[in-house]
Amino acid sequence: MGNWFERQRNIIDFTLSSLVRRKGKNLALLLVYALLVFLLASVMFFTHALRREASFVLQGAPEIVVQRMSAGRHELIPARYLGMIKGIRGVSGVRGRLWGYYFDPFSGANYTLMVPEAFSHGSGDVIIGQGIARTRLVGPGDVLSFQRYDGTPAILTVREVLPSASELVSSDLIVLSENDFRRFFGMAPGLYTDIVLTVRNAKEVATVAGKVQKLLPDTRPILKSEILRTYDTIFDWRSGIIVVILSSAVLAFIIFAWDKASGLSAEERKEIGILKAIGWETSDVLLMKFWEGAAVSLTAFLAGVLLAYVHVFFTPVMLFEPVLKGWSTLYPSFKLVPFINPYQVATLFFLTVVPYTVATIVPSWRAATIDPDSVMRS
Amino acid sequence: MILHPAIIALVASSVLISSLVLYAVWYGVRILHSWDLRSGSSLQLDLERRTYLISTVLAYVFGFQLVSLFLLIYTADSLSTLFTGAMCAAGTFNVNFYGYPLLVVKIVNFLLAGLWLTVNYADNRAYDYPLIRKKYAFLLFLAPYLVLETVLQVRYFLGMSPDVITSCCGSLFSVNASGVASDLAALPAVPLQYAFTASMAATVVLGIIVVVTRRGGCAFSFVAGAAFIIGIASLISFISPAIYELPTHHCPFCVLQKEYGYIGYIFYATLLGGAVTGIGVGVLGPFRSVPSLVDIIPSLQRRLAVLSVLFYTSAGLLTLITIVRSNLK
Repeated sequence: MGNWFERQRNIIDFTLSSLVRRKGKNLALLLVYALLVFLLASVMFFTHALRREASFVLQGAPEIVVQRMSAGRHELIPARYLGMIKGIRGVSGVRGRLWGYYFDPFSGANYTLMVPEAFSHGSGDVIIGQGIARTRLVGPGDVLSFQRYDGTPAILTVREVLPSASELVSSDLIVLSENDFRRFFGMAPGLYTDIVLTVRNAKEVATVAGKVQKLLPDTRPILKSEILRTYDTIFDWRSGIIVVILSSAVLAFIIFAWDKASGLSAEERKEIGILKAIGWETSDVLLMKFWEGAAVSLTAFLAGVLLAYVHVFFTPVMLFEPVLKGWSTLYPSFKLVPFINPYQVATLFFLTVVPYTVATIVPSWRAATIDPDSVMRS
Repeated sequence: MILHPAIIALVASSVLISSLVLYAVWYGVRILHSWDLRSGSSLQLDLERRTYLISTVLAYVFGFQLVSLFLLIYTADSLSTLFTGAMCAAGTFNVNFYGYPLLVVKIVNFLLAGLWLTVNYADNRAYDYPLIRKKYAFLLFLAPYLVLETVLQVRYFLGMSPDVITSCCGSLFSVNASGVASDLAALPAVPLQYAFTASMAATVVLGIIVVVTRRGGCAFSFVAGAAFIIGIASLISFISPAIYELPTHHCPFCVLQKEYGYIGYIFYATLLGGAVTGIGVGVLGPFRSVPSLVDIIPSLQRRLAVLSVLFYTSAGLLTLITIVRSNLK
């Protein structure tokens, strides 16, 4: 056993010193390799962090949202539906929600207006998100003016700005009283935007949704689990698209690696020829090539992953951000929680190291089976 | 099809692996057909060089095979949120017909690949390639399974469609679809506990016999193979519930999750390792009388037997510790 280790150690020693002797060629390869790992790792880390963020946000979401549909479109839901849904066994709470969107021509952005369950301020007061405070340059005590549905002005006083911790969900949010909301959009008293339910037993959620659908055929119940699932799919899909696009880069890299590995310089050929002449076997040269590949892959992989980690979690993610995150005028600024797991590393390994290894097997073998006499004669 | 980076990685690498194996098979056929060690023709010299290439290719392929087995399970696990009723990999493998066959073929391929590498190792130690024809005949037998695995994997992932919200309906999927069953049927615990203990004990005893007397390789290998199957059945039947501390939860995949300290990886690694090395003892047995292997095989068999016994004892000890420490009595 000690012998075996000694042999590997000596071969690694030799390999590393021969890699260092050809600095220029190997550095170019390392750079391209690390760049590829960096690109793919950035995409994966960033998507994963966004998915986690989304699932944290949705943890507090209601189990079921019921929307009324008319002609295939979302419609306001009458208040009498509340009573009908409350009668379903297993439903522990029902609440009508009021929310809507307002396009603000000043900032060119859409705001979300929402009436909370209990509003702590009076009529004419609002609580706003950080994004709105930033773009409209207002703080507590300032006045915001909007235009109601009928063209009359609505003057609202800012009472609070929501904390930045919740910015991911509250950046474009305006919280106001029910009275103001109904006057703003001209919504009649007996109507709500949608209805949310809480269900006592989590296992009954699907059954309750089925009953709502049966009782009120013009509605569509949406489950929290479905929203989560849809988000997951969207993020997976987005990162998958980028990986597919980057696959051309992987292909280019494979060709590059193949070319580097098969284009042995006269000096390298001579070196292998001499090694074989002094008694190295083909399998020893192959072992040397294995350690060479391992050293290059490991260095490039670690460098790429580290750079991507810093890029995603400690700097503003410049590459891919608009595609992966989605786009909006009032996009929240938020910090991602650093997270990395063995699964992502294994996936990256299969996307980069496996193609590299496959590309270099045959060239390494060709190098290892060089005839010493033919090399030395030439 | 779900466009997920891990799925792209798995499919792409399995296509690469299959093409490498087919490349190796092409030369395998030529070796089977024209190998003649006494000849000094350029064809024979070329084939002798090719054997190095093929050994290298297959060593890499089988290394990747091991990692991809766990990557597949992990991917299935992480996709479980996309399907109604799937709680972990067990449910995801059930979303279409190809899931479980894929898993089984992948495990079988892992075992066969390990055995091929064992034979290859023995063959390379001798000076006159005594097993070369057998080794390549074995490769021809193995290759279709590796290709089958790729086909199953592609069909499995292509056949997936997640239950997401569409514009026409929300929860209709959840209500109308019967959902994916996540539970696996489990065998009765008490008889299996006896069988598990007996198989572990038999492996150790026969292993010691192989090491001391250099005989009984075939029986040992048979018991080691049986111990693998009994071990997996035990994991489902009584080890998993002890880990989860929940008598009704038999899932063999949740043990791989972080919540349980990734303990499942140790279980699977020890069982798979014990099976490959243990069966390897028996596979090498018939070649003991080959003149150039007379000195090599018995010592190799002993080392494999020791490894196998070590793997299985670790699995047995781990099981014992798990059950003793578990709050499920």
